[in-house]
Order: sequence, then C-alpha cells, then structure tokens
Amino acid sequence: MDFHLLFQLSMNGLIVGTLYGVVGMCFVLIYKASQIVNFAQGEFLLIGAWVCWWLLTKYQLPFVWGFLATLVFMMVFGFLLQVIVLRPMIGEPVISVIMMTIGLSIFFQALMKWIFGVLPQPYPPVFSVKSVDIFGLQVQTVYLMAMAVSLVIMIGFAWFFKMSRMGLAMRATSFDQQVAQSLGISVRQVFALSWAISAMVSAVAGVVVGVVNGVSSALSFFGIKVFPAVILGGLDSIVGSVLGGLIIGVLENWAQFADSQYLKWGNLYEIAPFYVLIVILMIKPYGLFGKRDIERV
Amino acid sequence: MATQAFRPCGDFKSSYAADQTIFPTAWSRNFCILGVVLVAAAPFLVDRYVLSLLIQIGYLGIAALGLNILVGFTGQISIGHAVFFGFGGFASCFLNGKAGIPPILSIPLAGLMTTAVGLVFGIPAARLKGLYLAIATLAAQFILLDFFGRAEWFTGGSNGTVADPVSLFGFKFDHDESFLYVVLFYVVVLYVAAANLMRTRDGRALVAVRDYYLAAEMMGVNLTKYRTLSFGISSFYAGIGGALYAHYLGFMSIEGLDISFSIQFLAMVIIGGLGSIMGTLMGTAFMVLLPQGVNFLARSLDGSAIDHALGLHEGLPFLREMAIGAAIILFLIFEPDGLAHRWKQIKAYWKLYPFSY
Repeated sequence: MDFHLLFQLSMNGLIVGTLYGVVGMCFVLIYKASQIVNFAQGEFLLIGAWVCWWLLTKYQLPFVWGFLATLVFMMVFGFLLQVIVLRPMIGEPVISVIMMTIGLSIFFQALMKWIFGVLPQPYPPVFSVKSVDIFGLQVQTVYLMAMAVSLVIMIGFAWFFKMSRMGLAMRATSFDQQVAQSLGISVRQVFALSWAISAMVSAVAGVVVGVVNGVSSALSFFGIKVFPAVILGGLDSIVGSVLGGLIIGVLENWAQFADSQYLKWGNLYEIAPFYVLIVILMIKPYGLFGKRDIERV
Repeated sequence: MATQAFRPCGDFKSSYAADQTIFPTAWSRNFCILGVVLVAAAPFLVDRYVLSLLIQIGYLGIAALGLNILVGFTGQISIGHAVFFGFGGFASCFLNGKAGIPPILSIPLAGLMTTAVGLVFGIPAARLKGLYLAIATLAAQFILLDFFGRAEWFTGGSNGTVADPVSLFGFKFDHDESFLYVVLFYVVVLYVAAANLMRTRDGRALVAVRDYYLAAEMMGVNLTKYRTLSFGISSFYAGIGGALYAHYLGFMSIEGLDISFSIQFLAMVIIGGLGSIMGTLMGTAFMVLLPQGVNFLARSLDGSAIDHALGLHEGLPFLREMAIGAAIILFLIFEPDGLAHRWKQIKAYWKLYPFSY
C-alpha cells in the first residue's frame, strides 16, 4: 500500500470536500428557503468563474477588485433569476420546478460555451509563491486559499443565520412561511435574497476551482456532484451539507486510490458518489441530519 | 351522435362506453387515420431528409410516450430515461448479433428486457417520491451509463456494436423509405396501446396514484405495484424506441446517451403536455424540429451583420442547446400544460367562432 499517495489523496479529498460543502450549503440554502431543488447550482459556479476570468484577463483588474465585482454581479444575477424566472413557479408541482432549474442549467451552460468557448482557460497567477511545505507534503497555495475561503464562508454562514436579522428571518421562513409572514417578514424578499446569496457564494467556489484547475464547462459538474453530498448530509441541514461534502470528497479520492491500486476499473472516481447516493436513499433517505418527514410508501 | 363534429361544453356523457372512447368524436378519429395515411404516403411525397425527420419523431416519440406514462400519468419523475432507451438499443443488438435472433423479433424482446431492468430500478423507486426519486434516477443515469461503457460483452464498450437492418420474409427495411413503415407500425400499435391502457383499471389506478397517493391507497390501489408497474411500462416503451433507433442507424454506441438526452425526453413530455398521449407526439415533433428551426434561422442570417457580430455560425451547436433550455423555460412559464392544451384552445376557438363564450 502506498501510504504517501493515500495521504495525498485524502488531503485532496478534504480540500475538494470543503468546496463540495460550500456548494452544498448554497444548495441547501435555496432548498430550505424556497423548497426548490436547484439543478442549476453548478452553473452559478461556472458563470461566476467565467465572469471573474473575463474581468481579470480582459480588463487586467487586480484579483481583489475583479473578485469583488464578480460577487456583486452574481448577487444581482441570482436576485434577478429568482424574481423573473422562479417567482412565477411558486405553487407549481415539483416536476415543473425541477424542470425549470434543469432548463436554466442547459441554457446557461450553452450560453457560457458560446461566449467563452469550450477550451479550459487558466487564471492569471494569483499568488507569487507556488506551493508551501506542510508536514512534508507539498501543498499548493491555491489549495490553502480554497480551504481558508471555504472556512470563512462557513463561519460567515453560521454568523448570518445565528446572529443577523435577515438570517433569522430566513430561518423563520423556512420553518413556516405563513407564521413568518404574519410576523412581518417579507417572504418574497427572503426567497430573492436566498437566491442572491446562493449565487454569490457559489461563485466564490467557482472562482476558487477556476484558479486551481482553470475555467471550463466541467465546473458545472459540481452542481451534480453536490447531490450525493447534500443527500448524505440531509437536504435541509446546512451542517449536514458541509459534512456530506467532506465525506463525499474524501470518499471519491479513496475510490480513486482503490481503483488505481487494486481494481483497475477506471472511472470509479466519477461514479462512486452515485453508488453512495443510491445506498443512502435506500437506507436513510433523510440523510445524517435531515428532518425525518419523508413518507415511506 | 356518433357523427358529430361539435362537442358541447360540460360533461354530458350518459354511458361508460361514451366516457371511455379513445376518440371523443368521429372527426378526431378520422383525423388520426388521415394522419397515419399521410405518413404512409410520405415516401412518395417528400424527400429523404423529411423522411429521416419523420422516423426520428417516430422512435423518439415512442420513448417519450413511455416517459409521459411515468411522469404525466403516474407522477413519478425520472431523469434517467436515456439509459433505458440505450439499454433497449444495446439489448436488441446483443440479441441480434450474439444470439442470432432476427431484428423483427429482437426489437420486442429488447423491449421486454428493458422492462425487466426498469422493474429492477422501479422497485427501489417505488419507495421514494418527488425530488428524492428524481435524484435517485439521476444516480441511475450515471451508474447505468458507466455500466454500458464497461460491459464490453454486452455493448461493445466504447466502440459500440453493429445492428442488422430489420427484414421480413427476405425483404430488407434498410432505406428511409421502407424503415418508415416499421416505425409507423410501432408508433400506431404503441400509441393505441397507451390510449387503451388509460381506459383500463390499471391506467385509472396510475392516474389515481398521481393525483393523490394517499387517497389512491385508501381506494385499494396498491401503490408499490403501480409505481413499479409504471416504471416497467415506461422502460418497455423506451426499450422499443431504442431498439428501433439501433436498427435504423445500424449501429449503437454510448455516444449521446448522456444526461442531456434524458433531459430532452423530459422536455418533449413537458412541451407536449403532461398526461396527454397525442401531446407527446407533438412535443417530440417540436423537439426534433427545434434544432432544424435554429439551423434555418442561423442560415438565413448567414453573412449578415448579426452573424458577424455574434459568431452565429461557430456557435450553432450551443445555440441549439440554448434553444432547448429556453423552450423548456418559456413553456413552463407561459404554457405549463403544453402543446396539447394550446391545440385544444385553438380547436375550441374555431368551433365557437365568432362567439367565443
């Protein structure tokens, strides 16, 4: 057994896992607030990463300003998306809402390919130091940044939902919309804001992945990979989505380890999370932390 | 009045037979027969390109009808229909190539094999509902597609397999002109079968499960049985569609069986109208003709200023994808009941003209 490789892969898994966790949190945020399963989550990453890339390369903005401009853009984008496209869908059956987000996902994926092409584009270098030495492992600086950014986002989410007025309003809305409304919370505002925040934070994850791997339409696959993570953690639990993301991230890297060392099947890295997904849905469909309100039939 | 062309508003049926007819008026029946005759005469009327589109509408329409039975009539969501379509194609190639069964038999057999696979996936699916089922079928899509790529004995791996053309008593249906009749035969048989299914006890049970599963269970409908059954029926249609596709192209590979194909099936069903049998065919036709329409538009703008500014020519594949996404979004916002509903409104408008009330 190659312990060094296993350790390195576990490390990768943790880093990718925190990113899954961040995207999962955004996904859960939308689901909790507006009961919409967002199949277009991956496109938020994609759009955010492309917009930031465009600002950095075309206008030569410094990274910080380009990044902030991207966040503002994505916030407006998420807000408009909810108001224009998803507000008419309130009260429609589940299938229609799911199809709507799938339609959005196809549309924006193709739009991004059309505007920016299909070839992966590297980001301009963000850090001057390429990699640092931690416990004898060479870790790329961008990976460290990814970890740091994810942790900051998670702490930010915790603060937002525990302390801030709007966060409390959102939790009240997800608990019971009618009661929240009778307490003077604007449910429409909460819906729109949840989409805006979700789009913005997803874009952060998109930019981070873009800096690490370059931007390409493969980014939108994060939106699919997030399903195993959030189902494992429980669809309506933010803590669960973070934990689910970490578990799925480590698990797929272990699957790759087992695959490359012993099984030689190939492609297990991509498929293993979906086997996990099926198993969870069979034995514990509400996930680790989800509310147990699923009726077995 | 069997010959009436006009149907009064409201439900004035006085017998079960009248309530259960496939065609509510004689005109609607004649219209369908006329449609079938016109398609049958198509090889003498139109060129090969139109024929290939008709064949495409045929085999995709069969598979889409299966999805409509699952989604529109039973209320289950599947985001993995393309892999069942693919399984039908591979199964028919396998039966034909490895076991030497002639295609005329291997197509229905492939349908039955796909039914078996659908039932296996349907058993766990019967325990889940709504979005959990959607996510489970999403996983099934990836797992089965991975299996197709791996199982070389069955699918030929990444190289794909070849399929013989359909033949009957030595006559080979290997041209568009002749294969059209094979597809037409299957479309007519399977669409009539679906229309009949909805008149039976089982069909009504499916609708009851969709409308409210608890009420259905109280009425004595076995939920697990009917949810699994609808998965089986849907896979059967998908399998037949896939098998026809394989024998039409003479080749089957995992190319193009990805999730976007599954979504296209869903789009056909949504655009056609959930729970409408003829609507499925309209939705399929819409989805088949949509890329052609985009091509046509782009070509008519060729060389113009818009073309240069936007790079329409290079972006054509992406424009087609965008059109699919936009069609889904626009239909869901403006016409959530699909083309079938719009068609009904158009008919009502002309029947009641000029007094629309």
